[in-house]
Amino acid sequence: MTQTDERREGQEGQEGLLAPVPDDDGAPFFTYAARGELRVQACADCREPRFPPRPCCPHCQSFASEWIRTSGRGRIWSYVVPHPPLLPAYAARAPYNVILVELADAPRVRLVGNLVAAADAALDSVDPARIRINAPVKAVFHEVAGGITVPRWVLERP
Amino acid sequence: MGATLKDATAIAGIGQTPFAKRLPESEKTLACRAILAALDDAGIAPSEVDAFASYTMEETDEVEVAKAIGAGDVTFFSKVGYGGGGSCATVAHLAAAIATGQASVGVAWRSRKRGSGPRPWTDTRVQLPTPAQWTRPYGLLRPADEIGMLARRYMHEYGATRDHFFNVALACRNRANQNPAAMMYERPLTREMYMTARWISEPLCLFDNCLETDGALACVVVSAQRARDCRRRPVYVHSAAQGLPAQHHGMVNYWNDDPLTGPAWTAARQLWKSADFGPQDVDVAQIYDAFTPLIPLSLEGYGFCARGEGAAFTEGGALEIGGRLPLNTGGGGLSEAYVHGFNLITEGVRQLRGTGTAQVPGAATCLVTAGEGVPTSALLLRN
Repeated sequence: MTQTDERREGQEGQEGLLAPVPDDDGAPFFTYAARGELRVQACADCREPRFPPRPCCPHCQSFASEWIRTSGRGRIWSYVVPHPPLLPAYAARAPYNVILVELADAPRVRLVGNLVAAADAALDSVDPARIRINAPVKAVFHEVAGGITVPRWVLERP
Repeated sequence: MGATLKDATAIAGIGQTPFAKRLPESEKTLACRAILAALDDAGIAPSEVDAFASYTMEETDEVEVAKAIGAGDVTFFSKVGYGGGGSCATVAHLAAAIATGQASVGVAWRSRKRGSGPRPWTDTRVQLPTPAQWTRPYGLLRPADEIGMLARRYMHEYGATRDHFFNVALACRNRANQNPAAMMYERPLTREMYMTARWISEPLCLFDNCLETDGALACVVVSAQRARDCRRRPVYVHSAAQGLPAQHHGMVNYWNDDPLTGPAWTAARQLWKSADFGPQDVDVAQIYDAFTPLIPLSLEGYGFCARGEGAAFTEGGALEIGGRLPLNTGGGGLSEAYVHGFNLITEGVRQLRGTGTAQVPGAATCLVTAGEGVPTSALLLRN
């Protein structure tokens, strides 16, 4: 199977999944994700990372911000396995997993995402029984509806 | 220090409609019925009402309600945000208004057709902006998913088990089985039913989730002096607090140092600071139970036990009548009705009147809490 075929297969069956609707503060996250970079907002003055993105720094009140690149590595902090009733596209893939990843480079930043077998694999491509809190994961990138790219997660030791 | 809220006001009347999966009447009609029942309970004429308080999610508004029930000139009205987090704050706002002379007879109410109406999380239009851009595309769609994430971590950190959550569900169900008004009045719950129930969002099963209810409730708040002339025994608002902690993120409180300490901790500090008694003196508690894990978290937050001990606190029948802390004595949101926690306020009043269907003998103090996991509020009531 070619990469293109894999990609197409990954996106089929994922119709109807919600795409992020970025706000002004959050938009750069998705711009960087489209380049395959996992970046988080940080204060350009005191350097403290913050999430979710917001207009000013809660530590020093500076309005100057930057987007710092992370290693894309983290650990599973918690997870759930949703079952119906769900929105139809999600119900079709249930039970699937939603994990919360604590970033190695910014521990207070815990990103909600999906643990998948590969970047473009289906939402339910990992058996929930394999998920463990503290398991190391790394970010991969996947284009969803509307041309927006989001990080997803694969196990460091599959 | 100037005026104090302590015992300055009292709840003089309570009212409610039936609770059911589907009621034929509109939310507005149900609201009017509950409010008029509460005024009748207090023995106060609707024309004397000059203050209103409700939730921002309430869809019946003051103008409609005031003109329907025949209220007088209204000089105070307020609405509190964050869904069930606002329940106790509606009473707190009225108490503050009355204690400071802005009004004299206040009505708080909640009317909701959540049983037969749509589930709020199915409306993706209104919920996709911040912070939903970070959560919903990944299938973290419902409050049960958001709280389930915290529950799993709580289990991991402190050794809480599904049996602890079952203890909560069972205590509420047992009280509902004593309460003819409860939706689960004739529906006992067993451990086997709980352990084999369908999942909603692992680690939470069906019985970890509150009911879906049509119904309305109301209460009447007046000055302590006025309450003593009313029809029922006054139930004083001893202390009241709201809580929005620093760097809190609502039900997706994932982005601070300690996601497992929520708004309960903030509300509790303020609540106890202005009270004459402490957690050890609470005879009965009505703790917001949209999901069972909120109970151990709230027990910790309001100081009934130390950090991480909330699950163990539920053991040995502690939450049952005769236990350490009888809880949600009408059945709560899990088994009486889920009307954004307003039935916890009215049940607190019943307990302190001595008229509960599962009465705690001699109950003199009651803690009532609003939704934990969102900006919240709480009341200490006494008789």
